[in-house]
Amino acid sequence: MKEPNDVIIRSVTKVAVVIIFTFAINLFVSGHHQPGGGFIGGLAFTSAILLLFLTFDLETVRSKFPVDFKVVAASGVLIAVLTGAGSMILDMPFLTQAFGHIDLPVFGQTEIATAVLFDVGVALAVIGTGLTIIMSIGDDR
Amino acid sequence: MSWLHLMILVPFISALFVPFIYNRFTPKLHIGWIMLLVPLSIFVYLFQFISDISNGFSYLETVPWLPAYDINFTTYIDGLSLVFGLLIAGIGSLVILYSIYYLSKEREALHNFYIYLLLFMGAMLGLVFSDNIYVLYVFWEITSISSFLLIAYWYERERSRYGAQKSMLITIFGGLAMLAGLIMLSLMADTNSIREMVNHASIIFEQSLFIPALILILLGAFTKSAQFPFSIWLPDAMEAPTPISAYLHSATMVKAGIYLVARLTPVFGGSAEWFWIVSSVGLITLLYGSVNAVRQTDLKALLAYSTISQLGLIMCLLGLGSVALFFGQASESAVYAVAIFAAIFHLVNHSTFKGCLFMVIGIIDHETGTRDIRHLGGLMGLMPVSFTLTIIGSFAMAGLPPFNGFLSKEMFFTAVLNASEMTEFKIGWFGAILPFLAWIASVFTFIYCMVLVFRTFRGKVRPGRLDKKVQEAPAGMLISPIILAAFVIIIFFIPNVFAHYLFIPASLGVLPSFAGTGNLDIRISAWHSWLTPELWMTIGVIVLGTLLYLTLRRWVRLYFLYPQVITFNNLYDFGIAITQDVSRWITNRYMTGFIRDYLVYIFTFLVIIVGGGFWLFNGFSFDSSQDAPITFYEVGIVLGMVATALTVLFSNSRLTSIIAVGGLGFLIAFFFVLFQAPDLALTQLVVETITTALFLLCFYHLPKLRKEISRVPFKIGNAIVALAGGAVFTLVALSANGHRVFDSISGYYKDSFPLAGAKNMVNAILVDFRGVDTMLEILVLTIAGMGVYTLIKLRLAGGDKNEGTE
Repeated sequence: MKEPNDVIIRSVTKVAVVIIFTFAINLFVSGHHQPGGGFIGGLAFTSAILLLFLTFDLETVRSKFPVDFKVVAASGVLIAVLTGAGSMILDMPFLTQAFGHIDLPVFGQTEIATAVLFDVGVALAVIGTGLTIIMSIGDDR
Repeated sequence: MSWLHLMILVPFISALFVPFIYNRFTPKLHIGWIMLLVPLSIFVYLFQFISDISNGFSYLETVPWLPAYDINFTTYIDGLSLVFGLLIAGIGSLVILYSIYYLSKEREALHNFYIYLLLFMGAMLGLVFSDNIYVLYVFWEITSISSFLLIAYWYERERSRYGAQKSMLITIFGGLAMLAGLIMLSLMADTNSIREMVNHASIIFEQSLFIPALILILLGAFTKSAQFPFSIWLPDAMEAPTPISAYLHSATMVKAGIYLVARLTPVFGGSAEWFWIVSSVGLITLLYGSVNAVRQTDLKALLAYSTISQLGLIMCLLGLGSVALFFGQASESAVYAVAIFAAIFHLVNHSTFKGCLFMVIGIIDHETGTRDIRHLGGLMGLMPVSFTLTIIGSFAMAGLPPFNGFLSKEMFFTAVLNASEMTEFKIGWFGAILPFLAWIASVFTFIYCMVLVFRTFRGKVRPGRLDKKVQEAPAGMLISPIILAAFVIIIFFIPNVFAHYLFIPASLGVLPSFAGTGNLDIRISAWHSWLTPELWMTIGVIVLGTLLYLTLRRWVRLYFLYPQVITFNNLYDFGIAITQDVSRWITNRYMTGFIRDYLVYIFTFLVIIVGGGFWLFNGFSFDSSQDAPITFYEVGIVLGMVATALTVLFSNSRLTSIIAVGGLGFLIAFFFVLFQAPDLALTQLVVETITTALFLLCFYHLPKLRKEISRVPFKIGNAIVALAGGAVFTLVALSANGHRVFDSISGYYKDSFPLAGAKNMVNAILVDFRGVDTMLEILVLTIAGMGVYTLIKLRLAGGDKNEGTE
C-alpha cells in the first residue's frame, strides 16, 4: 500500500484501537449474559487490527504483531472440537456443556461455564480466518 | 470412556504428535522406533483379553455420542473382533519394525508415512471393535482414505497415483453402497447396534428390504476384500512401499470385508441368497486369482493375485458355513460350522504366511533392485535366510506340511465336501462341481507357490540384469518375517492351543447360537487316516501341481489366447476416460469465465426451484393480520436502502459502489436496532465494516472502471432474470408470515438460564444448545480462509505455470 500521511487518522487510530480492543474483550467476556460472545467479540478484535492495517503499513503491523493467523484459526477450531470431545471422556454425549459457580477473591460469585471455553475456540477461529483472508489479499500485489 | 475406547483413539492421537517428534529427532533417530510403541502396547493390552474371551465373556462399552440419533461410540470385544484386533496390532508392530530398516530416514518423508500408517491402524481397530453401524461406517471410510494416502505414498510416480485413485474409487463406491445397505438394516431392525440386530435377526429375515440390504452390504464387503470382479484394484495398489503392501493388502485392509461378512453372518446367514452369493463369489474369486497368479512375472503382482485368491477362499468358506445358522442349534449343523472355523483359521494363517512373503519379496526388491521373475534366479546361495523364509511362506500357502496352511487347507477340503452333500438351498449341480473347482484352484495355488520359490531362488544368477550387488538383507529387516515364519510352524504343531484361545471364540462370534452347545469343539489334527478323501485331494494337488509346474513353459502360452482387450481393467480405464470426457464437455459448456453468466445461472435456478416449488405447492399465501404497524423510521430506512442500492447500480467509480454497499449494510443494522436485537445489530455492524474494508482491499488492485464497460447494452434476458429473482424473493418474504405450520420452538430457549446458565439466549443457542452447528460453522469458515490463502499464495509463488492445463 501507499505510504499514508494522515495525521488525524493516525492519531485517532492509536487511541481508538485500544478502545476497540477493550470493547472486544468486554463483548467476549460478557457474552454469556449480555449481548456479545465469541463470534462478535472476535470480529470486533479483527476490526481493530484491520484499522491498524488501514492506517499503518501492513509490514509495520506485522512486525509489531508477529502472529501466524492461520495457526490461530486452526487452534480455534481445535479448541472447539476438543472441548466438545472433552465431555465424551466423562461419558457424556459429544458437546455436552456444563456450568457452575465459584467464589473468586476479587470478582466475588463468578460463574464458570464450559461453553465459554468453546466460545474461545469460536473467537480464535473468527479472528484467525478474518485476518488470514485480509492479510493474504492485502499482501497480493 | 473406557480403555477400549482409548485404545482405538491412541493411534489417532499419536498421529497428531508425529510431526513434532519428527522435527525433534529426525537426524539422529529413525522415528519408527517411537511409533513402534503404539501397536506394541495395543497388542499387549489386547493380549490380556484372550483368557477371558476364551471363557465366553464379551465386553460392551458405550460412550454416548449423539444419543438422540442412536449414534454412540460403542465398542464391543468378542472372539471375532479380538482375533482381528490382535492381527492389526501384531502385524502392525512387525510392519513398523520392518519399515525402520526398509525406509531410509534420509530420503523418505517418514512423518507422512507414519501418520498415514497410524491413521490406518486406528481406523482398522475402530472398524473391528465398533458395534454401532454408523461409527463402523465412518471407520470403514477412514480406512479407504488412509489407504489411498498410503498407496500414493510415492506420489511422484504416476503408477502410484493411478493405483491409489483406482483403489479409492472402487472401495468408496462399495462403501457408499454399504452405507445404503446399513441404513436399510437399521430401519428393519430399528436399532443401530449390531448386537441388537443379531438378536432381531428373525424379524429382519422376513422384511422386504432384506434382499436389497444384503446385496448392498455385500457390495461394500466385496469391493473392500477385492472379490471378483472388484479385485482389479489390488494388483495396482502394489505400487505402495512394500511394508504398506504387507500391512494393507495381506493382513488388514482387505480383511475388513471378510470381517464385515463374518460379523453380519448371524444377521443374514441361513438365507439362501447369502449362501449363494457369498460362497459363489468367493469360489469364483479363488479360481480367478489363483489361475491369474501363475502368469504374473512381477513378484508383487503374483502375491497380489494370490491374496485375491486366498481372500476368495475365506469368503467361500464363510458362505458355506453360513448354512449352519439355517438349522439353529441342531447338531446336524455342526458339520457346516467347520467351514466357519476353517475360515477364521485360514484367515490367521494367511496373515502369517502372506505377511512373511510380502516382507521377503520386499527384501529381494531392496537388495536386487528388481521384482521381475525373468531377471531373478539363483538367489538361493546369496540369500539363504530369505530363501528359507520364502520356502516356509509359500509351502504354507500351497498347503504342504509341516506348515499351518496344510491344516487349514485340509479343513477347506472338508468343508467343501460337507457342503457338496448338503440338501438345502437346491444346491444340485453346484454341489457336484464345488469340490472339483476347489481342487483345481488348489492345484494352481500350488503352481504359483512353486514359481515364487524356485524361479526366484534356483537356476543361475544373472548379475548383468540386476542393478545391485546381491547380498543378504541386514538382520533387522529379517526379524519381522522370521517371527511370522516361526508362527507358521508353531501353529502347525500346536494348532489346538490357538484354536482353544482364538479360533473357537472367534467362530462363536460368527455363530452366536452355538455358544454352550459344544458343537464347535473342533479338534485340529494333521493326520486323520489313509482313507480320508481330503488326504487324497492334497496328494492329487501335489502330483498334478508338480507336473504342471515342470511343464509350465509349454502351456503358459494358453493364457495369451484370451484376448487381453476384454478385461475389467480396460473396462475401468474406459469408464474413467469417458467420465472425464463427459464432465469436461459439460464443464466447458457453462464455465464461461464471466461472473455475469454465473449470476444468471444462480438466479435462474433459484427462481425455478424456490419460485416453482412455492407455486407447485400453493406456498404463496399472504397473511398480514399479525403484522405490526409500519412506523415513520422504518419508511425512512427503507428509502435510504433503496437510494444506496440505486447508487451501487449507477455510480461510475468502484469506490462509490463499495461504500454504498456498506451503507446498505449499516442501514440493515439500524433495522435490528429498531427491532430490539442488539446482538444482530452488533454483528451486522462489525461484519459490514470488515467486509467493506475487504472489498476495498480487493478492488484496490483492480483497474479503474472505464466508461465503455458501464455502458453495457440493455439485455432483455438479464432483465427478466433480475426482475423474476427480485419478485420471487419479495413474494417468498411476504408469504413467510402466512406459514405457521408448527409452534415456534423459541419457548424452549427461554429456559437458557436454568439449562445453560446463560442470560443471553442468543449466545446460549450458539455455544450450547446448537453447539454442533457453531462448531461446523467455524470449521467451514476456517477452511474457506485457508482456501483464500492458498489460492492467493500459490499464485504468488509462481503457480502461473500451472495455468493452461486445459
